[in-house]
Amino acid sequence: MPLSFEVNGKQVTVEVEPRMTLVDCLRHKLRLTGTHVGCEHGVCGACTILLDGEAVRACLILAVQAEGCKIVTIEGLSNDEALTPLQASFRRHHAVQCGFCTPGMITTAHALLSEEPDCDADRVREVLSGNICRCTGYISIVEAVLDARSAYRPPESQP
Amino acid sequence: MRNSFVGSPVERREDLRFVRGRGQYVDDLNPDGLLHAVILRSSFAHGRIRSIDASATVKLAGVHAVITARDMPGGPPRIPMRLQPLPEFMPFEQGVIADTKVRYVGEPIAVVVATSVAVGEDALDHIVVDIEPLPAVSDCETSAAGDRLLFEQQGANCAMTFTAECGDADAAFKAAAYVRREKFRTGRHFGLTLEPRGVMAEWDAATGRLTVSGAAKVPFFNRRVLAEQMGLPEDSIAMIENDVGGGFGARGEFYPEDFLIPFAARYTGRPVKWIEDRRENLMAMNHARQAQVEVEIACAHDGTILALRGHAHVDMGAYMRTNGAVAARNIAQFMAGPYRIPNIRVKSSLWMTNKTPVGTYRGPGRFETDFFRERLLDMVAKDLRLDRVELRRRNLIPASHMPYPLPAIAPFPASDEIDSGDYRATLDRCLEEFGWADKAKLAGKLIDGRFHGLAVGCFIEGGAAGPKETARLEINPDGSVAVFIGSSAVGQGVETVFAQIAADALEIPMDRISGVHHGSTAYVSDGYGAYHSRSVVMGGSALLDATKNLHNLIRTAAAKRFGCLPSEIKISEDGIVGPHGSSARFADFAGLTAEGAFLNKKHTYTFGAHAAHVTVDARIGRIEIIDYLAVTDCGRIINPMTVRGQVIGSLVQGLGGALLEDLKYDKDGQLLTGSLADYLLPSASDFPNLRAVVTEMFPSPINPLGAKGAGEGGIISAGGVVANAVANALGAFGVEPRELPLTPQRVWEMVEAGRLAT
Repeated sequence: MPLSFEVNGKQVTVEVEPRMTLVDCLRHKLRLTGTHVGCEHGVCGACTILLDGEAVRACLILAVQAEGCKIVTIEGLSNDEALTPLQASFRRHHAVQCGFCTPGMITTAHALLSEEPDCDADRVREVLSGNICRCTGYISIVEAVLDARSAYRPPESQP
Repeated sequence: MRNSFVGSPVERREDLRFVRGRGQYVDDLNPDGLLHAVILRSSFAHGRIRSIDASATVKLAGVHAVITARDMPGGPPRIPMRLQPLPEFMPFEQGVIADTKVRYVGEPIAVVVATSVAVGEDALDHIVVDIEPLPAVSDCETSAAGDRLLFEQQGANCAMTFTAECGDADAAFKAAAYVRREKFRTGRHFGLTLEPRGVMAEWDAATGRLTVSGAAKVPFFNRRVLAEQMGLPEDSIAMIENDVGGGFGARGEFYPEDFLIPFAARYTGRPVKWIEDRRENLMAMNHARQAQVEVEIACAHDGTILALRGHAHVDMGAYMRTNGAVAARNIAQFMAGPYRIPNIRVKSSLWMTNKTPVGTYRGPGRFETDFFRERLLDMVAKDLRLDRVELRRRNLIPASHMPYPLPAIAPFPASDEIDSGDYRATLDRCLEEFGWADKAKLAGKLIDGRFHGLAVGCFIEGGAAGPKETARLEINPDGSVAVFIGSSAVGQGVETVFAQIAADALEIPMDRISGVHHGSTAYVSDGYGAYHSRSVVMGGSALLDATKNLHNLIRTAAAKRFGCLPSEIKISEDGIVGPHGSSARFADFAGLTAEGAFLNKKHTYTFGAHAAHVTVDARIGRIEIIDYLAVTDCGRIINPMTVRGQVIGSLVQGLGGALLEDLKYDKDGQLLTGSLADYLLPSASDFPNLRAVVTEMFPSPINPLGAKGAGEGGIISAGGVVANAVANALGAFGVEPRELPLTPQRVWEMVEAGRLAT
């Protein structure tokens, strides 16, 4: 069946089977392979995307449920010129090893910091606890997210 | 220019693509005409295959092929062992697909090749498999009883017994003033990678060439195996390493799918991709760790350890896989760890069971023995009323005894010695940084409903397995230098650390290292890959050799051009300078390429100490890590940031194995933990208070870099140290953990048993 939604600022229409998950649609129909698949049952968080601004698991949503929605994936949070402050912070803190969880971590952290730029370490840990990383042990990821908070605060509140 | 990239916390090159979601993993590949493979796996742990009928399945729309053992002329090929390939193991090796029997839940029975994964999974339901169930062997005890045989023609379920020996253990025990005997068990868990495994194969019938994507860890060995199995010359197969979503010892070994998918590609004449789903992953990827031991220690009254004696039994699962014997072997050889024990005899028996076969997982055999040994030491300290720290300090191998020989192991003897180190120095550093003197006062105290416990333990970590690694340097048209390396990337940052090493060796800025190309079979003449924490030591040392060879080539070529002697040529960052003002640029020698190699028969031994402060809520069995410090000396540090990442990352995996991760089976050999809702992994909120200190006091004397393997130290101590801290906290109840993982239920049961006893 035909399906239309907005991905990373572009309106797209694709033909999908009703049973296709949103993550398979993004990866295999739209070739947005930055969103990863780690468990297909909503535990690992590798497939996290932003759906109408909220961080959600694209493996637990059928593609057809996204009709008319606005989707942002890791590709939509990236540009060619420079790393975003959040991406640069991940690199600076060595919050990346194999890179497989990274897109899900960054989309989750982006959603958190966009809503709560003053969140504390406990809050960051609580929110990221839905994203499994098998390499880093999380310490550096939490540090990276905390260090990127200032970039999400409104300009007037910055020193 | 004298560089100092080595030793600096250089930000990783690979991160530039990873943080943008531009890594390319095997499931991201999508060539034209791609078909998808799905695998029918046994739902029985043990049974005889009566028949497989796929006649209805092949007629389904979208199904291109159904492959079973019958499609393989001469029967399914076996997967040979890569490490310790003893003839005794051969009858236990795994065939690539079940033929007459199934021996574990998850064993491949048929491969469906279809236009999509969904169509293929639908088709699986149409294959009719008739299996006569046999009683399952679900643990070592049942395996040893011997009335249920996995391999009838072998007459027994024991594949091998290793023995590690030095001195005369029996005589020492007879004469000893103090002896303690204990039994311990470690649980079954594994090197779960966040990216499930995957293979994509493309067969070019016209040229007879096979390209296999998704290679990892040991692509050169796997190519040899595949070439033999497929009846192809080795050089007609290219193994391509894509980005790899975690290795941990488990990914990249030769698995059944590494044959089945290339076979399916040749069978159908189309590119075929298989991506493991998580349920498959939990029942198909190498398991690890499950062992039980009866171990005895003999000491003098002052705590001097005189002898260690024991017999471990390792639950091997259904087949001997490529590196399946490593952990069992290491359990025998490394029971003494960093301690000087003059008399040792430890046996380790390998029992076949109807479970997923085992392989190495980060710190193989070492995580297990550290739990056994460090638990035992705390019990000895209590018995002899000695300070736990003092007991360890007294028995650590003194620096003056380096290099220190390891106990002899048989069969497959390999003499090995510990290369360098001062174990007391790292122990003292650990105690000081941790604040042991103050915190130890909390031992056993009940504060706000929680009991506090402390522990400290020492470890050694073997690394840098030989025999060889290869590196190649090539000058690009723009004068920059490309690095090609046989080492593989599994997320540890090889593109960065090899660029650091190459830039320093070539004495050029790091941005003139155009790239580090790794892991694929096309890059160097022969490579060995990434296992046993070897990449930096082996690949890095090979890179130094390649640099020397490239410089020689440049000198020879420049001497010819300038009409002088090679010895008159000076190479610097700015270019190549000869006598009488003659000069050239690197770009003038574009295309020059030189290989280098490094051979190694000995291992490096990283070492250190861990300390933990935990609290336990005795009412609910909940353990919290209040503070945990890992001190590691890993020889010359290439990148302190990535080394710290290795320590903390592996530590959290170790805490997962100590507290959470548990592959459970029932008596019928059914896997009970088939999802990540059942198999618990550490999350961001579990262990917030971890610290790592990495030092480089003792460079390895056995390689030119002075580096040591450093990928496993964090995991090794975790089980023993946490269990000792829990025992320390719950001393009032007489709790002595003898089994991992320390789940809330297990802790609560020990507390309740203690309450009843007092």
